[in-house]
Amino acid sequence: MDVRVQEAAFDLGAEANAFVKRQSGMGAVVTFTGIVRDIASGLNTMQIEHYPGMTEKAIAGIAEEARERWALGDVLVIHRYGALGPNEMIMMVATAAPHRVNAFEAAEYLMDYLKSRAPFWKKEVTGDGAEWVAAKDEDEDALTRW
Amino acid sequence: MMEVLYFAWVRERIGHPKETVEPGAATVRELVDQLRGREERYAAAFADLDALRVAVDQELTDFDAPLTGVREVAFFPPMTGG
Repeated sequence: MDVRVQEAAFDLGAEANAFVKRQSGMGAVVTFTGIVRDIASGLNTMQIEHYPGMTEKAIAGIAEEARERWALGDVLVIHRYGALGPNEMIMMVATAAPHRVNAFEAAEYLMDYLKSRAPFWKKEVTGDGAEWVAAKDEDEDALTRW
Repeated sequence: MMEVLYFAWVRERIGHPKETVEPGAATVRELVDQLRGREERYAAAFADLDALRVAVDQELTDFDAPLTGVREVAFFPPMTGG
């Protein structure tokens, strides 16, 4: 299991390749990448704040739960903070399992929980000013299916 | 002594990211009441508890959580990770 909270950009291809190479006995790897959406009003930057200390613990807890529940061989979570421009990669998850169903489901579970239970807050900065992104009810509702 | 941390718009409304408070509040709710009584900016930040989340010693909890032996309390809006 590998959890990284960092300001620096990451190389999606290099991370995915390295993740695949270190598996044994796995038949499926799923990766998901979240990127900064270029909103209609013209986004300059997305500022991501987090709670150092709690963030790493919360993500590790979510990843461990996923690993046990779907009998994953491995989990990788990278989540950035700081100022990001449009189309920059915010985060990625990778899951490895013997078969694809578990790898897909676990990746969705990770994403649902990272959205509402990992202490990050996003602020959109546009030409009109800066605004905190509000949490959506549907993101909270998404947790009930697990 | 206990550290109280604020994040996102809670931090902006209160004006600083953290401060040290004297222990004494038995629960998070009591701590909130103490903070509300300080200044208008605290009262504004804590006006609607439904809009806030709280972590005690870096674990997400609720406003009735006890504060005995607690080192760190953090207040913030619902999280928007991913």
